[in-house]
Amino acid sequence: MTTAAAPHAMPHAGHGPTSFWRKYIFSTDHKIIGIQFLFVSLFFLLVGGILAMQIRWQLGFPGRPMPGGGILPETMAPGGVILPEYYIQLVTMHGTFMVFFAIMPLLVGVYANFLIPLKIGAHDMAFPRINMASFWAAFLAGMIMLAGFFVPDGPSRAGWTMYAPLSASAEYSGVSTGQILWCLSIVVLGLSSILGSLNYITTIINNRAPGMTWFRMPLSVWALFITAILGLLALPVLSGAGIMLLFDQTIGTHFFDPAAGGQALLWQHLFWFFGHPEVYILILPAMGMVSDIISNGSRKPIFGYHSMVFAIVAIAFLGWIVWGHHMFVSGMNPTLGSTFMVSTLAIAVPSAIKTFNWMGTMWRGNLRFHVPMMNAVGFVSMFVIGGLSGIYMAATPLDMFIHDTYFIVAHIHYVLFGGSLFALFGAFTYWYPKMFGRMMSERWGKIHFWLTFLFYNATFFPMHILGMGGAMRRIYDPTQYDFLKPYQPLNQFISISAFLLFATQIIFIVNFVGSLFRGKKAPANPWDDNGLEWTLPNPAPHGNWEKPPTVYRGPYEFSSPEVAEDYLPQTRKLPTDREPVLAPAAGD
Amino acid sequence: MTHAAVVSAMRPPFPAERGVDVYNKKLGMWVFLASEIMFFTALIGSYVILRFGAPAEWALPGKVLNIPVTAFNTFLLICSSVSMVKAYAAISHGDQKGLRMWFGLTILGGAAFVGVQVYEYTHLIRHGFLPSGFRDGSELAELAAANPIVYGQTIAGLYGSTFFTMTGFHGFHVTCGVISMLYLYITRVLPGKYTKDDHAGVEVVGLYWHFVDLVWIILFTIVYLI
Amino acid sequence: MHWWLPLQASTFAKPIDGLFVAILIITGIAFVVVEAGLIWFIFRYRQRPGRKAYYTHGNNRAEVIWTTIPAVTVVVLGLFSNHYWVQIKGRNSVPPNAYPIGIHAKQFEWRITYPGADGKLGTADDFTVRNQLHVPVGRPIEVHLSSEDVIHSFFVPQLRVRQDVVPGMDIKAWFQATVTGDFELGCSQLCGMGHYKMRARVTVHTQADFDAWMKATQEGAGS
Repeated sequence: MTTAAAPHAMPHAGHGPTSFWRKYIFSTDHKIIGIQFLFVSLFFLLVGGILAMQIRWQLGFPGRPMPGGGILPETMAPGGVILPEYYIQLVTMHGTFMVFFAIMPLLVGVYANFLIPLKIGAHDMAFPRINMASFWAAFLAGMIMLAGFFVPDGPSRAGWTMYAPLSASAEYSGVSTGQILWCLSIVVLGLSSILGSLNYITTIINNRAPGMTWFRMPLSVWALFITAILGLLALPVLSGAGIMLLFDQTIGTHFFDPAAGGQALLWQHLFWFFGHPEVYILILPAMGMVSDIISNGSRKPIFGYHSMVFAIVAIAFLGWIVWGHHMFVSGMNPTLGSTFMVSTLAIAVPSAIKTFNWMGTMWRGNLRFHVPMMNAVGFVSMFVIGGLSGIYMAATPLDMFIHDTYFIVAHIHYVLFGGSLFALFGAFTYWYPKMFGRMMSERWGKIHFWLTFLFYNATFFPMHILGMGGAMRRIYDPTQYDFLKPYQPLNQFISISAFLLFATQIIFIVNFVGSLFRGKKAPANPWDDNGLEWTLPNPAPHGNWEKPPTVYRGPYEFSSPEVAEDYLPQTRKLPTDREPVLAPAAGD
Repeated sequence: MTHAAVVSAMRPPFPAERGVDVYNKKLGMWVFLASEIMFFTALIGSYVILRFGAPAEWALPGKVLNIPVTAFNTFLLICSSVSMVKAYAAISHGDQKGLRMWFGLTILGGAAFVGVQVYEYTHLIRHGFLPSGFRDGSELAELAAANPIVYGQTIAGLYGSTFFTMTGFHGFHVTCGVISMLYLYITRVLPGKYTKDDHAGVEVVGLYWHFVDLVWIILFTIVYLI
Repeated sequence: MHWWLPLQASTFAKPIDGLFVAILIITGIAFVVVEAGLIWFIFRYRQRPGRKAYYTHGNNRAEVIWTTIPAVTVVVLGLFSNHYWVQIKGRNSVPPNAYPIGIHAKQFEWRITYPGADGKLGTADDFTVRNQLHVPVGRPIEVHLSSEDVIHSFFVPQLRVRQDVVPGMDIKAWFQATVTGDFELGCSQLCGMGHYKMRARVTVHTQADFDAWMKATQEGAGS
């Protein structure tokens, strides 16, 4: 069945009776794979969060023993006091885990897997076994990355961006095994992402249900489709770069070694050529899912569906030609800086279209504030801050000042936490019933949202002020600098807010786990939504539909005058609807 | 739903609004090859940047690498691409015997290519050409010391880095291709499971094979000849 | 504690801070419009029984408006930014009379080479000090940045100047201090374990003080 990519495919298809292992562990069901990704990525989100708490402890209270830090080995935190080398490892691994093993798989691994077949009316992914291989490769990559903490000298100490030559030589960074593990893990993860992406792309192109035309696809599917294309083309570049870095450390190549004619900036070009599309991999699916949720919560069709699609495409396209804006002060040719500034500023336009169209969707709606909707509106309000603060960095002269300061830390967290993570909290709650057949608690969901919103802003907004003051990133002890000493109370405020923010997530964990067992049984369509997934029972069976559904309209027909209810499912046939004409299928 | 029902539901071609008139496996391979292009672009692009940004000139073509042997190897790989086309043509006419012969020849061609490459590598390493440059005290290091310009002595490290990485990863791709073709040969071709109407596997693995061939022609040109 | 940008101590500070304020105003307006709109909608259009939402798929005119306004704004912003960018970092931006200072970064210190009395780097009267950057006020300074090992970054917040120091590259950056005083030079690119303490004192002197310092230090170094 999957001979096409035989090197990566699993050799046997399961035809025997469904055992526990086949059903839940080595499953080829896209929904189970999505749920596997969900649990594993939530675990890594927690790991990333724990690392962040240690960073915040050190920044707020430098040199003081960390509560509970006594359990860490002497090489990391003797007596609970974080060492400089461990601090850099914390910073490096926090970024790595959050970007590669939490946010990216949460958005793509979980929701591309879970939603694409359900939302386009397919039985499963085009290549279910490749899909399973993709999950297990990601799992393996995560374990390799985690293993870094348990080898001599610990994990990489070069920052998540791995700037060479620091990352290329143990002589400079002081880490050898951990650095090699980082590279290996990223190469395996790249393979996983490519396998996933080719599955999503093929499935969306070829396996849509009758009547599910391109412009009847939900924006979440559009966003995941474009994201898959970005991942497909960006991850191999990272893999290539990771391999070169690995070879520099292991077999003595000189790609990034200036002494032998190699180029230090080559790494940055490769990394950011991957890295900027990656940024959009981390936000586009969130935008797509937020579009679905806002339309549902507003009980109104999405405002400007077509321009929303084109905005996604435009953002993805521009994402390929802006990588140099990470390198304005890197010593790159300043004329290139001007070019990259222009393309970067251009991204403000499609981003503005999306924001205003979300507002247009809410305008004159009949807003239902269920938990997903609250998180989605939280996403819009926070993404605006993250997007607007990007303009400061895009302006090259200003970037010269705020580059590599806390301003940029604030920016990335407004986009990735305020943006992606709020969207994810919405998405968790929204599709929870379809995953597990139960509802998450509404009340605790709301409490979680408001506390998160509050502490999140208290944590990250003051970082803008730190950045304006010139506070550099990745500084182990800010009190080393006289000009940063006065900011220490602010650092403490940020740290305490961060601890509270972390504590608030316990509510989410309890709500999430508790609802698995004690949540209210969910009806098939708890949010009165139009999407195909809500026509299935909870949880949806393997294979999804006995007979493929037929689609008569787009996914956002809320409050249509044609029906009495305020929603109109995509599969419901009105007397005026005609049967879709099937394009002749190529033999499968 | 029982498992049997699931399987039966998934077996027949799923009627869908198709985006392109290409079956899934073939489309999947095209998409996969797009990512492969980006992978090799990263490697080749780095090579170009490093070579043009290098502080000195690269070694002259043919001084370190053995062009005639590799030219023969290139010919071998092109031949295996041709035999792959022949294999596909044979099975689209239902010719099992032709498929067996041409597909087998393709595998042999690929395996021979890998064999020659392994020979080339051992030869180079014995003469002192490593990914890190010329080995101290080796034959090549002495030659380079005598003719630093001709052998690009100062940047031999870059030469070794890019040469071994690019050709090595290409060789890895050929090896993967040979293994998967061998697998198909044993499980599908020999038992005669491909028919005039159903030979997707041959077509899809053929796509991969032609891609690998194409990459080699580019690599041979820019690494060996220029 | 300080809630605003640092002291303006170089000629770059005015344009950069001006740009900051301009962007703050522009983004501030956008921010207020969006957030106020959201809050207004949240109250105004909250669910009420018996009401149905207004059924519309969009409005082309509205979309054209909110596409055009940001587009025009960013074009204008881009033009202004580029104007200053060329002045600050452009290939030919270094003033011809700039005073050269060599800065060699290594894990984890700054080695700063002064041209001595002849005002030229690479001559016999050059002398090098560690972690002390002394410059005269009111005169363009051209720093020649090089690195021993990994990438570092030359950053003095009050002077609003930052430039990565990349091994294998010889990068020139310039600035002109406008006030005298003591500042700190920090490494702003992660360069290893000691990154956090890779700092140097920056002292901006009057020309007379600078000459005196130079003379004293050179004699000290020479003896």
